[in-house]
Order: sequence, then C-alpha cells, then structure tokens
Amino acid sequence: MNGECILETRGLVKQFNEFVAVNGVSLRVERGSIHALIGPNGAGKTTVFNLLTRFIPVTRGEIRFRGEDITGARPADIARRGMVRSFQVSAVFPALTAVENIRVALQRKLGTSFHFWRTERSLEALDARAVELLAEVGLAEHSDTVTVELPYGRKRALELATTLALDPEVMLLDEPTQGMGHEDVGRVVALIRRVAQGRTVLMVEHNLSVVQDLADRVTVLARGQVLAEGSYGEVSKDPAVLEAYIGAPA
Amino acid sequence: MSRLRSLEALGWGVLVAVGIVAPFVVYPVFAMNVLCLALFASAFNLLLGYTGLLSFGHAAFLGAGAYVTGLAAKTWGLPTELAVLSGTAVATALGAIFGSLAIRRSGIYFAMITLGFAQLVYFLVVQMSWTGGEDGLQGIPRGKALGLFPLDQQLTMYYFVFTAFLGAFFVIHRAIHSPFGHVLRAVRENEPRALSLGYDVDRYKLVAFVLSAALAGLAGSLKAVVLQFASLSDVHWHRSGEVVLMTLLGGMGTVVGPSVGALIVVALENYLTDVGSWVTVITGAVFVVCVLSFRRGIVGEVRALVARSFTGAGRKRSSSSPSSSG
Repeated sequence: MNGECILETRGLVKQFNEFVAVNGVSLRVERGSIHALIGPNGAGKTTVFNLLTRFIPVTRGEIRFRGEDITGARPADIARRGMVRSFQVSAVFPALTAVENIRVALQRKLGTSFHFWRTERSLEALDARAVELLAEVGLAEHSDTVTVELPYGRKRALELATTLALDPEVMLLDEPTQGMGHEDVGRVVALIRRVAQGRTVLMVEHNLSVVQDLADRVTVLARGQVLAEGSYGEVSKDPAVLEAYIGAPA
Repeated sequence: MSRLRSLEALGWGVLVAVGIVAPFVVYPVFAMNVLCLALFASAFNLLLGYTGLLSFGHAAFLGAGAYVTGLAAKTWGLPTELAVLSGTAVATALGAIFGSLAIRRSGIYFAMITLGFAQLVYFLVVQMSWTGGEDGLQGIPRGKALGLFPLDQQLTMYYFVFTAFLGAFFVIHRAIHSPFGHVLRAVRENEPRALSLGYDVDRYKLVAFVLSAALAGLAGSLKAVVLQFASLSDVHWHRSGEVVLMTLLGGMGTVVGPSVGALIVVALENYLTDVGSWVTVITGAVFVVCVLSFRRGIVGEVRALVARSFTGAGRKRSSSSPSSSG
C-alpha cells in the first residue's frame, strides 16, 4: 500500500438505539483504485455508504476525504467536494427524459439553479455535453426517451452517466449490478472499468465475480466490523471470510 | 414538435382572449372570484405539482393577504396597489417562517405542520380586534388604479385583477420552466438523488414554498379588494382543503389545470347555491369520480391525449428540439 489515500475512515461507529450497525470500521481507499466492500447481508455495507455521504449522522469516529475531516459536512457539500454516490435501486428522475436527467447534474455548475426568472433555454447550452455523456454509456439514441420507459439496465447506465456529469473524483457505487441480467452485468462491468480511469471507485457489490473482475482491493465486512482486507485472491482464501459467507469453519 | 409548440401558443392566445371577453359574458364579480382562486390554486400547484410538497395550510397565506390588504386599504388608507403589495409581503414573510420549519419534515408530517400553522393564524384572526372576528373585515375600499381609474367600476376592477393574474401566472409559468424549476422537478422525482448530486434540497424547497406563499397571498389580497371584505372563511382550513380539490380536479402538475379546477369548483358553488348544503356533497362526488376515473385531472388527461395523437406514441418530449433555439 504505497498509493495516496483519498478517503479514510477511523473507528467509524453507527448505532441505532441498541443495535450497532457499524462497529469501529477503519477503511483506507487509495486514489485511483477500485475498492470493493463486500460481506453477507446485514454486514453494514450500505450503512457505511450512508455514513460516508452523510445521509445519516455518524455516532462516533472520523471520515477524512483528501485529508480533510468531513465528518460534520452536509450531504450536498460532500457531492460538491467531488464524492458522488449512487443507490441500491436505480436513482434516476423517472418523469424526465434521459437528456434532462443529465442536465440536472450539469446545470449546477452554471450557478443559476435558484434563478426562477430565467428561461430554461439557458440550459440548452448543456445539451451537447449531455448527449456526449449519453453516448459514452451507449444511450445516444435514447436521449429524448422519458426515463421511466427505459429498461432497468439502461436506467443504471443513465444513472452512471449522470454521476459522471459531475466529474467526481470519487464515485461510490451501491450494488451497481443488482437486479441485472447476465448481459447487462457484463456491459456495466465494462462501463465501470472504463469510467474508473483517473477516478477512485468504492463499490458495494454482492456479485463476487464482478468484484473479482474489477476490484483492486477488497474489504470484507461482517456484523459491522472489518473481517479482512486485501486483494480478491487474498480475502477469498481467508478462513474467517469463508466462515462468514458459508457459515462453517473452513 | 414545432407544431406542438405553435398549438401551445395558440392555446395561450385563446385563453387570454377568453379572459378579456369573460366579464361581458358572465357576471364580472364571478369572473374575478374565479381568477383569484385560480391564482391561489396555481400557487398551490407550484408546491404540490412541481415540488411534490402537499401543504395543508395554504389558507393562512390567502387569508393573511386578504386581511392585511383590508387593513392597509381601510385603516391606513394606502392606495390599492400598495395595499395589495402589503398583503402579499406579509404572506411572503409568513411563508418564509412557516416554510423554514415545515420543510424539515416530509409527507404527512409536512402537511400536518402546515395545517398547524394555519390553525394558529386562524386563531389569531378570530382573537384580534382589528380583523372584526366573526364578522370579518368589512367595507374595504376599492380605491383607484394608479390613482386615476376608480375601481368601483366592475370592468376596471376586472381588468386590474386580470392584469395582476396574468403577471402572476407568467411568474409561475416561468418559474416552472426555469433552471430552478428543473431542480424542483428533480427534487420531486427523486429527492435523495438530487441531494447526492450536490443540491441543497431544503433550500430549493424553501424558495418554492415562499414563492407559493407569496402568490397565494397576492390571490387573497386581490380577492379582498374585489369582494371588499376579508372573512374567516379565507383562513379556515376548508380553504386549504378546497385548493387541493381544485388542483387535483384540474390537473396537478399542469400549468392551467388548477385554474380549470378553480373555475369548476367556483361555478359549482355559485350556480348550485339553490340546493344549499348539497353543494359540498356534489363537489365531493365530483372529486371522488375525478380521482377514481381520471387521476391526471382534466387538463392532465387532455394533454396526454394531445401528446399521444401528435407523436404517435406520446413518449417523446420536445426538450431538445433544435428548431426551438431561435
């Protein structure tokens, strides 16, 4: 581990009343890597995501992004600093067209998002870039389709394109292949590999072959704690990991 | 797509023309009442239809506008325009206060907080002496428009209200089709996603809430000048419920829907006065039929029909047609 650490947690704890969902998780995500967070159901993976993006408040511990303490920052702030998350179910704006979805992300940079007196024509300047992003994820011919009409795999691709529109330094992907058919999984994996160029990706993923395929580094969580960390090859041989997954000592 | 646009422009032209000739066809006070409530419903729709927030306390803004305008015109003797602006300003301020507290919750809790605040306003209006309590604030002078044209003339009054209505309606239309409106739609569609894209969702909701309260206040202010009184029914929670009915009936999330809804509800109430309290039963029945059989509301259904017949599928929209850039 000699790469620069871009995202780090120290002793992260999240307690819901009596239940400790995340119990002292310390993570180090290297800049430019694809880092996977895996573990059985209820291990606290999504909770870690929610903590990292400040969607829920931290009980104890610290989160540092690019060396700065962001434990108390607001969720919208996190995104503006360059760390953008996706969600377990596809996060799109269903009644907007594909190109409008992307524009929502692009228009923030214009700084006119509170201007209720300005016409929406002022947003048309963004269309060229939006169409470019759609083409990048293979949705060029769907730019005027209302998103709700897109098949699930395409919605996830659109979501990814929307995230890319912000040009984030760190992308947090929550189960990007969840609920997808075989072909779609292959396409999304290729897409993630491509867009991860020059960025850092932290992903929660259940599909272990996707993890094996993509991840430079893997952290295994179980019952809110870090069970193992290393390359896929290392953690997949770890007896504690096998026990957590299969339920019997190896 | 450009055909659809020109059809839209034609539609607007027809609506404005209808507005201009309306006082010669129907009783002007009825027409003005419709305009005021249409504005009220449109302001409400900005919040419900375009931001996804169900306020159950909008009567507070309508009523505050009405009472403050009455106070300003009658007691302080302000010119009509300034009285209307005072009413609007107070409603705006109330909107900022109520909104900043209510938007911290969503769904039914948001609705209940707004209802709670509206009841607070109702209580104050009942208790304070200047409002006239149960009798309402009577004898509000209409004054003169620009200090020149006496508004006691029904037609002059009508065009005064109509001009204000058009101005406010333009503001709403523009707000919906602005960069701000774009973000609002994103918030309505998927709030966590909007947040994760870096939008401070609460601040957008607050601006929408204040804008909506201001325009509801303007509607109340105009209504007070037209009818020359402000009454408890303007701040009563029935009003907050009625505006939901108007909006859903006409078409939530459509620009003209709420106005159509207001027209129907006001007309029912006006022309069915003979049947007495059966009016509420009839409007209730209309509401149930609407929700069960055409949930998009009247304008929503018509729009869907037009869109289908134009594109063959009704699936594409004209957001990025190059022909519109000129």
